[in-house]
Amino acid sequence: MKSHVLSQLRSLEAEAIHIMREVVAEMQRPVLMFSGGKDSIVMLHLAAKAFAPARIPFPILHVDTGLNFQTVLDCRDRWASRLGVQLVVASVPEAIDRGLVQEEPNGSRNRIQTPVLLEALEKHGFDAAFGGGRRDEEKARAKERVFSFRDDFGQWDPKNQRPEIWNLYNGRVHQGESIRVFPLSNWTELDIWSYIEAEEIDLPDLYLAREREVVNRNGMLYEVNEFTPLRDGETAERKLTRYRTVGDANLTACVESEATTMRQVVEEVAAVRLTERGATRGDDKVSEAAMEDRKKEGYF
Amino acid sequence: MTTATEPAGSTAGQELGVYEAGSTDLLRFATAGSVDDGKSTLIGRLLFDSKTIFEDQLESVEQVSKDRGNDYTDLALLTDGLRSEREQGITIDVAYRYFATPKRKFIIADTPGHIQYTRNMVTGASTADVALILVDARKGVVEQSRRHTFLATLLGVPHIVVCVNKMDLVDYSEEVFENIRGEFTEFAARLRVPDMTFIPVSALKGDNVVDRSAHMGWYEGTTLLSHLERLHVASDRNLVDVRFPVQYVIRPQQNDARDYRGYAGTVASGVMKPGDRVLTLPSGLESTIESIDTADGPVPEAYPPMSVTVRLTDEIDISRGDMICRPNNAPTVTQDIDAQICWMDETASLTPGKKYAIKHTTRWARAMVKGINYRVDVNTLHRDEEATEIKLNEIARIKLRVTQPLFVDKYQNNRQTGSFILVDESTNKTVAAGMIGAVSHGY
Ligand SMILES: Nc1nc2c(ncn2[C@@H]2O[C@H](COP(=O)(O)OP(=O)(O)OP(=O)(O)O)[C@@H](O)[C@H]2O)c(=O)[nH]1
Ligand SMILES: [Mg+2]
Repeated sequence: MKSHVLSQLRSLEAEAIHIMREVVAEMQRPVLMFSGGKDSIVMLHLAAKAFAPARIPFPILHVDTGLNFQTVLDCRDRWASRLGVQLVVASVPEAIDRGLVQEEPNGSRNRIQTPVLLEALEKHGFDAAFGGGRRDEEKARAKERVFSFRDDFGQWDPKNQRPEIWNLYNGRVHQGESIRVFPLSNWTELDIWSYIEAEEIDLPDLYLAREREVVNRNGMLYEVNEFTPLRDGETAERKLTRYRTVGDANLTACVESEATTMRQVVEEVAAVRLTERGATRGDDKVSEAAMEDRKKEGYF
Repeated sequence: MTTATEPAGSTAGQELGVYEAGSTDLLRFATAGSVDDGKSTLIGRLLFDSKTIFEDQLESVEQVSKDRGNDYTDLALLTDGLRSEREQGITIDVAYRYFATPKRKFIIADTPGHIQYTRNMVTGASTADVALILVDARKGVVEQSRRHTFLATLLGVPHIVVCVNKMDLVDYSEEVFENIRGEFTEFAARLRVPDMTFIPVSALKGDNVVDRSAHMGWYEGTTLLSHLERLHVASDRNLVDVRFPVQYVIRPQQNDARDYRGYAGTVASGVMKPGDRVLTLPSGLESTIESIDTADGPVPEAYPPMSVTVRLTDEIDISRGDMICRPNNAPTVTQDIDAQICWMDETASLTPGKKYAIKHTTRWARAMVKGINYRVDVNTLHRDEEATEIKLNEIARIKLRVTQPLFVDKYQNNRQTGSFILVDESTNKTVAAGMIGAVSHGY
C-alpha cells in the first residue's frame, strides 16, 4: 500500500498555497510585497502555482529604496512580465524628495521604507499584504502569526495577537486596518534553497558565487561598487563570494563561497553556522530588539 | 497544465524526489505545562544539544545572559524573543522554531505556561502531532499541568509526552519520577489520551534530552529526541473519509484557458482519485472527478494536506464553502452544532443569545448561542451544569444555531471538518475555538 505521506517540502508548498488562496477568497484587495530577494521570488512562484492556469489575481508591490542591485531589478521585471502581473513601485528616494521621510545618518533606508510602504498600502487600498518573512529568520519573527493583524497605523502588537487555531485564518478587519500574511512562515532558509533548486526557480545571479572585489568591514565582506565604494585607508581584495540575502545594496554583505550552482548552495547552507541575517545584514545588529521595534512600526 | 514560470513538460521538482513519499517528513510538536516548568529551556536545550543553533544566535543569548549576571547561559532566551518576555523571564506568545535531524524535520511551538496566555497555548497546540507536557519534579502535577493536558486532549493532539523536568533538583530520584507518573496517569485515565510516554529530564543540564543521562541509570526508556524521531504519526491522519472543502473557484479570464473551471482546495481527509464518484454539498448533486490538477500537471491521487484543483465531469454550480465528498460517505449537514469550546476573549464573556461569526472549513456563517450545557472545571473535570456565562480560558459545552448548514464531522474523527472558530462581529477578534461533539442530523 502507498504510504500517502507528503514530503516536508511539498507539505510546506501546500500550506503556502492554501494560505494564498484563503487570502484571495476572503480579502478585498491583496498585494504581494516583492523585494526581489529569494523569499519574495519563491512567494511569487507559489502564487503562480496557487492560481494556475489563471494569472495571479493580485498586483505586486516593490518598495524601491533606490539602493538596488541592477540585477535584482532586472530579475523583478523578468518575473513581472513573464507572469503578467501588475507591478506597483513605491519609491523611497521620491518620498525623501517630498519630505515624507528623511535619510538616516548611517545611510540605511531600512527603517524609512516603512512609512513609504504604509502610504502605498493606504493609497491603493490594499487590505492584505503578503510578505516573504520566515519565522526562522529572527526571534521577533518567530512570534508572528501567519495572518498578522495591523491596526490603522500599520502597527503590530506582539502582546495582543489574535489566536490562530488550526488553519482557520481570520482576516476580518475594519476600514483602514489590514493583515500582513506570511505564507513562508514555516520555511527555513534551507527549505527555501532546496525548493529553489528543485523547482529551478529563476533568481538574480548575485546568489551564486563568483569572484568579486570586496572590502572587509567588521568581519563583513562588502563588494566594492557604486553603493559601497572604498573608503580612505581601506584596501580591496578579490574573493569568491555570493549573497545569502539581498537587502539594500549599501548594507548587504556577501559571504565567501565556492557555490556556483544551486546544488552547491544547498550543500553550503546545510552546513552553515550563522543565520543569514547575522552573516549579512549590517542594519540588523543595531539593538537586541531592532526587528521587533521595526515591526511594531509597520515594517514587513 | 504548467505554470507560466516553467516550460511545458518540465519535470522540475519531481527529479529530486521531493514529491515522493518516504523522504523526510514533518513532525509538529508543542510544549505545554505550568509557568516556569522549563518549557523554553527544554526547547533551547534540544536545539543546543542537537547542534542546530546558529553561532550568532548562541552568542547573542550568551551575551544577554552575561549582561544580566547569570551564572549560566539562559537557553530559554532562544525562544523568548520579545522584549517583554525577556524582561519578565516568561513566555507570552508562541515561538516557532525549526530543526531537522537526518530522520525528520520538526516544527516546534513553544507555548506560554501562564494562565493569562492560555489562548496562545491553544494556538500552538491546535496543529501539533505531539504535546510535550512539562512537570516540575519538585512541584508535581499542578492545576496548569491538568489544564494544558485537558486542552491538548480536547484539541485531539494524538501523542503526549510527559517530561518530568528539573530532575537535577530532586537528586535524580526514581521515586519522585514514579510518584509523578502515578499521579499523572490517574488524572489522564479520565481523558481520551491515545498515546502517552513519560521521560525524566533536566532541561537545564541536558539529561535525557538529546543525550542519555549519566545520573538516572534506573531509567530504561529513550531520550526525548530519539522518541520524537521515532514516533509514528502517519497513521494519525484520516485517509478514509473524503472531505474536500472548496476554497476558491479557478476560472481563468484568459484566451488560452477560457473553458477551465476547477475547484481549488486542500484535501482535509481521505484519498481522491480521478474517476471517483463524488457528492457535492449543499447541492446534493453527484458527479465524477475528471482530473486532479496541480501547477506541475495532473496527479493520480490527492491526500491530506495536498493543495490541488479538482475538475468534475459535469457542470454544476459549486462555490467557496461547498464540500466535495463521496455519495456513500458524507459529513453531517446541519445548522445545529453541539461543541466544546475554549473561550479566548478577555473583554466579553459568552452567554446564551449572543451572536457571532463562525468559520468552519472555508465557510463563514453567523451563529447564535442557544445554550450552555455545562462548564468544565479543568482541575476536577467536574461539569457545572448551572453555568450561565463562559469567561476567558474557560472550557464549556455549548449549543449553537447557525444561519446556514455546515458540513461537519465529529472532531475526534476529523480535526478539519470537526473544528470551527467564533469571531466577534464588532471587534473582529477570534474569541473561541470549537470542537464539534455529537452530531445528530443525518443528510
Ligand atoms: N535546576 C533546573 N532549573 C531549570 C530546569 N529547566 C528550567 N529551569 C529553570 O526554570 C526557570 C523557568 O524556565 P523557563 O524555561 O523559562 O520556563 P517556561 O516553562 O518556559 O515558562 P513559561 O514559558 O513562562 O511558562 C528558569 O530559571 C530555568 O533556568 C532544570 O531542568 N533544572
Ligand atoms: Mg517559556
